[in-house]
Amino acid sequence: MEIWRDEVNKNGGLLGRPVEFVYYDDQTKPASIPGIYTKLLDIDKVDFVVSGYGTNLIAPVMPIVIERNLVLMGLFGLGNNEKFNYPYYFQIAPNGPEPGREFSRAFFDLAATQNPKLRTVALVGADAEFPYSALAGARENLKHAGLEVVYDRTYPPATTDYTPIVRAIKAANPDVVFVASYPPDSVGMVLAAHEVGLQPKLFGGGMVGLQFAAFQTKLGPKLNGLVNYDFWVPEPTLNFPGINEFLKKYQAQAEKQGVDPLGHYLPPWAYAMMQVLGQAIEGAKSTDQKAVGEYLRTQAFETIVGKVKFGSNGEWDKPRMLLVQYQNIKGTDINQFAGPGKRVVLLPETWKSGSLIYPYAEALK
Amino acid sequence: MFSFDLLGNAVVAGILLGGFYAAVSLGISVTFGLLDVANIAHPVFIVAGAYAVYAVNTAFALDPILAGLLFTPLFYGLGVVIYRIYYVSFERAGEQSLRGLVFFFGLLFIAEVSLSLAYGVDYRMVEAPYIGRSVSIGPIGISLRLGVPCVVGLLLTLALYLFLSKTFYGKAIMGVSQDSLALRLMGANPIQIKTIAFGLGMATASLAGALLIIIVPIEPSMGREYIGRVFAITVLGGMGSIGGTLAAALILGVAESLTSTFSGPSWALAVSFGILLLALAVRPSGLFGR
Repeated sequence: MEIWRDEVNKNGGLLGRPVEFVYYDDQTKPASIPGIYTKLLDIDKVDFVVSGYGTNLIAPVMPIVIERNLVLMGLFGLGNNEKFNYPYYFQIAPNGPEPGREFSRAFFDLAATQNPKLRTVALVGADAEFPYSALAGARENLKHAGLEVVYDRTYPPATTDYTPIVRAIKAANPDVVFVASYPPDSVGMVLAAHEVGLQPKLFGGGMVGLQFAAFQTKLGPKLNGLVNYDFWVPEPTLNFPGINEFLKKYQAQAEKQGVDPLGHYLPPWAYAMMQVLGQAIEGAKSTDQKAVGEYLRTQAFETIVGKVKFGSNGEWDKPRMLLVQYQNIKGTDINQFAGPGKRVVLLPETWKSGSLIYPYAEALK
Repeated sequence: MFSFDLLGNAVVAGILLGGFYAAVSLGISVTFGLLDVANIAHPVFIVAGAYAVYAVNTAFALDPILAGLLFTPLFYGLGVVIYRIYYVSFERAGEQSLRGLVFFFGLLFIAEVSLSLAYGVDYRMVEAPYIGRSVSIGPIGISLRLGVPCVVGLLLTLALYLFLSKTFYGKAIMGVSQDSLALRLMGANPIQIKTIAFGLGMATASLAGALLIIIVPIEPSMGREYIGRVFAITVLGGMGSIGGTLAAALILGVAESLTSTFSGPSWALAVSFGILLLALAVRPSGLFGR
């Protein structure tokens, strides 16, 4: 976001005014959100608010912006506006109009097309907002894939040892394992699966964190074969204008700032979210919330993650969730993850960059 | 879905987890159990130990456990300093109960924020040849990522037990926990003994941190997740009993593992704390409490 701010200010700011950020550390704690946003709005008197990272931190902002009729840009929220249908909420991750379903749609579409037909599925995830939404969507999608559920359980987020869970899944002998997990549990599940020897035919789904370079460079070849959601990967089919220049700028600063050295997962979207808001403010020629909100609802925006157009519930009008497979990872060298070929896009067809290595065990060889 | 293979594996996984829990709880067992100092910041120092291990592992590819051992003198020194501040500011004035708790809360936040500033909030992991591997003994699989920490945890427990029961300083620490006035009459300085004991408790944090980062990726605020568990283990085992801490850690580990395997993993923590409540109702002083 700071890269965007500096670029905008270098070009004269928005509506001729320089852009200034006011921010406080939410410590990833939803309870800190109401206080922070009240201060931002009442004391700092900011013109616009954007969300922190993720579903759990967007949820407590919703009542505040709805009460005051403010525009809210959401960063990686899953289904935050489902119950509110608030017109001025806009979420940048490309989940599409049915975010809960979309998160696992491609995964189960892929499962449905395998031959011989896959019959059973295990569902597992953490006890938290995002995995619950993802699992609920998965339960709908698996019906269309004709799969029978043989394991469906959740675990507390502070779990230390995942081997008992993975052993119980292995004992149920599912063809497909769908996981909806946060970063530490994603790592725990991958390691436990290797230790226990869990090898379903299709494995992955909604595992957050495997997109981070910090984990890729530690897990290395243990990621091979996993089929997971993603938002953007450095494949030739997703080479949007501006993305490489952005990543170059980002990566040059990343080490000094102690953040993800590759920055494929979150940074382009945070930048794109600000591009959208900036274009809307310029387009509406105003900082009036209603004017900007209406502009956001009706117009399309060119960003480094492609063309963005919002639908009626503030999600992308057409989904662009990617289903990728980790392939041919050798060792833990970070440079291999910077280029194409390690996370190939399987679905949607428009962005496809490689083929599924099937079954899961085949990709481990 | 019951099978004896699953049962055996669940019990073994629970014992492995218990060995790790014992290592994490030992520091609290000494400071809280023996010295009556409610050091709620201890789990955060374990995380700090894990970061120290991460730094050395990343820079020099040193084995995490060796790195953890390397840092024990530093953590001992840190413990000595913290106890001195605590003693001068609170214990001497007899205001340790509530204000002391606030002091350790403060330490917890300062340590967390310092870690965030130094390392950022991204998750960190280490590399070691045993991470992600397992060995099989018949139908029982042992994941080395948990097996190695379990062995180290057991050795650490044994070392501390022998130190406290066989050496002069160890016996003095046990003495100060029972009657510091009597210790003074014997010509020993209880404050000095307590300082050594607190330093010792803190020294276990770097090794426990090494075990933590072998098992799970770490981030600065994750220590909080362990506060409830380590105090539960200390209380369940009986205040100040090292053997009791180990027994309680194993019981909680096996209970969590069995619950995760056979009913919902969601219930694992609830069952652990249910056992704690039940045990305390029957034996208020804990399993091995005096």
